[in-house]
Amino acid sequence: MTTDAVKQPRGLMALANPTRFLAFVQIVLPYLSLTALALLAVGLWMAFSVPDDYQQGRTVRIMFVHVPSVWMAMSAYMVMVSGALGVLVWRHPLADVAARAAAPIGAAFTFLGLATGSIWGRPMWGTWWEWDARLTSFLVLLIIYLGLIALWHAIEEPAKSARMAAVVVLVGALNIPIIRFSVEWFTTLHQGPSVVRSGGPALAPEFLYPLLVMGLAFLLVFLTLHLMAMRNEILRRQIRTLQRKAARDHRTGNSK
Amino acid sequence: MWALLIRDLILAFRSGGGAVTALLFYLAVVVAMPFAVGPDTNLLATIGGATLWIGALLAGLLGLDRLFQADNEDGSLDQMMIAPIPLPAQVFLKCVTHWLTTGLPLTLIAPVFGLMLGMDSISIGASMATLFVGTPAISFIGAVGAAVTVSLPRGGLLLSVLVLPLCIPVLIFGVGAVRASVTEPDPFLPPFLLVTAISLFFSILGPFAAAQALRYGSD
Amino acid sequence: MKLVVENLSVVRGEDQIFSALSFDIKAGQALIIRGANGVGKSSLLRALAGLLVPASGEIRLDDRDAEFADVPLGELCHYLGNDNAMKGAMSVQENLHFWQNFAGQPHLDIDDALDMVGLDGLQTVPFSHLSTGQRRRIGIARLLVSYRPVWLLDEPVSGLDAQSEDQFSQLMKAHLEEDGIIVVATHVPLGLDQAVQLNMDEASQPPGQGNT
Repeated sequence: MTTDAVKQPRGLMALANPTRFLAFVQIVLPYLSLTALALLAVGLWMAFSVPDDYQQGRTVRIMFVHVPSVWMAMSAYMVMVSGALGVLVWRHPLADVAARAAAPIGAAFTFLGLATGSIWGRPMWGTWWEWDARLTSFLVLLIIYLGLIALWHAIEEPAKSARMAAVVVLVGALNIPIIRFSVEWFTTLHQGPSVVRSGGPALAPEFLYPLLVMGLAFLLVFLTLHLMAMRNEILRRQIRTLQRKAARDHRTGNSK
Repeated sequence: MWALLIRDLILAFRSGGGAVTALLFYLAVVVAMPFAVGPDTNLLATIGGATLWIGALLAGLLGLDRLFQADNEDGSLDQMMIAPIPLPAQVFLKCVTHWLTTGLPLTLIAPVFGLMLGMDSISIGASMATLFVGTPAISFIGAVGAAVTVSLPRGGLLLSVLVLPLCIPVLIFGVGAVRASVTEPDPFLPPFLLVTAISLFFSILGPFAAAQALRYGSD
Repeated sequence: MKLVVENLSVVRGEDQIFSALSFDIKAGQALIIRGANGVGKSSLLRALAGLLVPASGEIRLDDRDAEFADVPLGELCHYLGNDNAMKGAMSVQENLHFWQNFAGQPHLDIDDALDMVGLDGLQTVPFSHLSTGQRRRIGIARLLVSYRPVWLLDEPVSGLDAQSEDQFSQLMKAHLEEDGIIVVATHVPLGLDQAVQLNMDEASQPPGQGNT
């Protein structure tokens, strides 16, 4: 029972990719985070220098935070879906790390989208909360995110929690269009105070460009956070492996 | 293969089975409603369909955590996995049993509760019809949650958190159909058919996903 | 018929349980797995039953009888794990009847099977009323009510007294005489003199936690 007998090929193989990944993150992260910050600054500056909307006035600026948050909330779920497929189909060691790291960030962006939507709704609809199709389906999305995070935490063993969560992520992904459709049906049935929405595709260029810049900035922020979270998750797992190894060595050392 | 269904039915009604408890819970939820909103008969009748559905949803979730847990604890699940019957088919049967012991009794007792809530006969009938086609979806979606939480000691809570958001469409269309049955211009059939479609969709997806999760959990 | 295991490695969670394990067992032969707790005896049995996907290696049944030509290996195995797979709320008869129906390939009558494990007369007693040793013997009776050529047994005599142990040895010998295969993890001799021994202490890696 030697200690290096633990390092079987599979263990090494499982480590090889994450190690290379960590090195890659270490190089990329400074550039990525600085670019994200710079772009965010430019985007915010552009957002604050747009003229007031003739209908919505100053509050239109909430859009520049709200819409990109919503984009990222959905993208994070797409990242989890690809991660889940990676876990179940290709059994890639990084796939679960990617999916798992995306969940809290996705939940945060979903919350940001809901909060800004609610704040935007106050002057627009006169209430903080409207059971509007978009808000409602994002509320459900938030609950799905939080449930998944709870599931990931509940099952201690990473390999098992990865596969269990992946099943739920995929079932959730198939269900999200149904939820979206049902919520839309629900809100048209209960037609509340009319939801005034400017925008749509016919957004004036002076609003469109800041929005695109902010969208790109949010994407970079997301990537930065995601890479950092993945790095932390890998390190957390390495610590776990070391701790288990320490316990094992201690035990075998005592018994001999 | 039917042996599994018969055995689970027997177990559900013996000591430790949850069939009767689910009904009592349903009664408790429905009875609690008037205390919460006040004894205004008109209001109670208006939200009657919603009350029946919320009660059925919660009562349906109640026994789900034991769907595979009991079999996992006594080693039966291992036997099921190496049996000559495909695992998704077994999961399907277990869902059917769960529905027969919760969803179906809840549907059958709904008219009694409907009368207590002062609902009229049309919406009581509509409630029964939508519960009948909608409660299977709870069992089938719930099976996925039950499978991923099978090895967790307190999986029931997590299961509800995972399953409830996925059941929202069933609730929306189920209650929507009940409401549409009494509000004049809205047609009853589209939401009713949508509930049916969701149940059918998950009767396929649920067992396969749950079976896969059970296999992953057996390592 | 021959159970062949080649270069088998099993990983559970993050732990390599054992690696590069190879052996084969012919019809009418028994293999006794020995080794310290947590060395991977249970994992090996679970892998053979198909309950645990091996990290690498192969498990197959060669030279099969024609009737089993295309059947997956798991369906040719009886697996008796730590638990007996019986429901406390149902009677002995109901439990065994269920497994006979469920597993197919009926072999012995339930009454005969109970007689073989020395529990005839307990048919109508709820399983939860039985003692640990009696429960184990009902678990063993399950092996008899449906036919499976391969028996995978995990500590089958735990909780049994000396007399029941002898009885069980006779049952295993009878199964081997019918050209069955037995793989058994055990600490006790079991009277299988012809059996091949596999000592997992040598074949395995240091275990992780004691998850047997």
